[in-house]
Amino acid sequence: MELKELYQEIILDHAKNPRNKGKCDGYNHDAKAHNPLCGDKVHIYLKLEKDKNISGLSFEGEGCAISLASASILTETLKGKDLNFSKKVTDDFLNMLKNKSKITLNSLSEDQITTISSLSGVQEFPMRIKCATMAWHTLLSALEKKA
Amino acid sequence: MKFNNIKSQFPIFNQKIKGKPLIYLDSANSSQKPKTVIDEISRFYETEFSNVGRSVHTLAVKATNKFEETRDIVKSYINAKHREEIIFTKGATEAINLVASCFGEKFIKNQDEIIVTELEHHSNYVPWHYLRKKKGAVIKFASVDDNGEINLNEFKKLITNKTKIIAFTHISNVTGTVMPVKKIIDLAKSKNIPVLIDGTQGAPHSVLDVQDLDCDFYAISCHKMYGPNGLGILYAKKKWVDELPPYQGGGGMISEVKKDEITFADSPTKFEAGTMQTAEVVAFAKSIKFIQDLGIKNINNHESQVLEYGLEKLKKNNSVSIIGNPNNRASIISFTIKGIHPHDIATILDDDGVAIRAGHHCCQILHDKLGIPASARASIGVYNNKEDMDVLCESINKCKKVFKV
Repeated sequence: MELKELYQEIILDHAKNPRNKGKCDGYNHDAKAHNPLCGDKVHIYLKLEKDKNISGLSFEGEGCAISLASASILTETLKGKDLNFSKKVTDDFLNMLKNKSKITLNSLSEDQITTISSLSGVQEFPMRIKCATMAWHTLLSALEKKA
Repeated sequence: MKFNNIKSQFPIFNQKIKGKPLIYLDSANSSQKPKTVIDEISRFYETEFSNVGRSVHTLAVKATNKFEETRDIVKSYINAKHREEIIFTKGATEAINLVASCFGEKFIKNQDEIIVTELEHHSNYVPWHYLRKKKGAVIKFASVDDNGEINLNEFKKLITNKTKIIAFTHISNVTGTVMPVKKIIDLAKSKNIPVLIDGTQGAPHSVLDVQDLDCDFYAISCHKMYGPNGLGILYAKKKWVDELPPYQGGGGMISEVKKDEITFADSPTKFEAGTMQTAEVVAFAKSIKFIQDLGIKNINNHESQVLEYGLEKLKKNNSVSIIGNPNNRASIISFTIKGIHPHDIATILDDDGVAIRAGHHCCQILHDKLGIPASARASIGVYNNKEDMDVLCESINKCKKVFKV
């Protein structure tokens, strides 16, 4: 495993210029998480419409490039998507890191799949998997938790 | 010079990490073990092992003698007055917990004050926090300046007639600050307040003389002294081992057990309930021998040269900010690189075989004070040399390339 596969251009771009940072307008669900081992923090905010569409999705947090990029990619991919679909993508993402499976969802664009899959390099760095998964686990908690 | 080929005494260096020589800069976390220590563990299990202090058979006698021999070796190594003052624990953490628990139970009451510093590792804060919760004690923090140093005059002002104990680290595990131990002890003694020193980082790098220091308690982590894991030592002055109640209850620590009454053994067994680490204690004698053969002053000298060389080199790198600038620093350089999180630094360095630690190093209070969530830390042991510092600096430049900063 090469370092440059871990720190791909896409990941560095998201880490340096995170998308959807801050609290999204009118959020009605949120959850936060903290990794006491390394001090990484993430707080996910989302606006869930009555028709189960996630119309707003954003995050606040601090941490390493992997954790910031992962949170940023999450918000970019799932904003405007349906609740159940988002859960499915999250499952696929977590499976990708756990079981090295590929992301193949039909409703995601080629670009989106490439972006999410850029985080698959983390599989080879066991101590860093939590950095990549924390935001996604937090999204699942946020979906359960009304603000 | 005896440090030239010293890595050859440590089998761990006979391997490549990611195809490169291992540059181990994480000794403040745990040190590597020389072959003599590793071999002694096997030798003991193969030839002398038995439980200690209980049975009368031949092996029990051999094992007990070996175990107690280490106590005597530690006693003379730290120049304690009595062998009863040497208590084996599972680590420095347990040593501090023992004092907080036993001293706290007997001597700390509601509103009594405990002084620690902002430099403390969680293991010298959390145990005292329990007394705050349980007894209503008050914990006061001596503040640290940007250099990573304590202001003695400020420290003095914290002491009141309610101060029951002062607990502080010998050497900071983040800034490497060597604390003015003697001065603080003198200050405490003038008011008759007992002092606990967290010697986790101090013991591997310093000449130890507890009688000269005149501290009441000194906690040691053996695995940071080229010794086995799972072992620590509490030095406690005779007065305290006699006065303090036992720590945990169990076998070995009693004198007599009846249905309606229990009397306890004397120190050190009073504080060593249950079957103790045995091979670990026995093998720790070899760690002390390893240190003594090199000479702790020579070790200190050698490490200081490597440290100074590394510090100078890192200071020339504009993207690197070194944490703290203490007058007297030992073996530790914590740093941050602008635009790169410490975890990413650690992963990139690992690709070059360089092992450092990243995180808050169990010092959240200090990191909060410094306004950073985490830092990268290179810590030096006896086996490190200037070439290791060169590799570290080159690898730091690689971080900048990977992150394009």
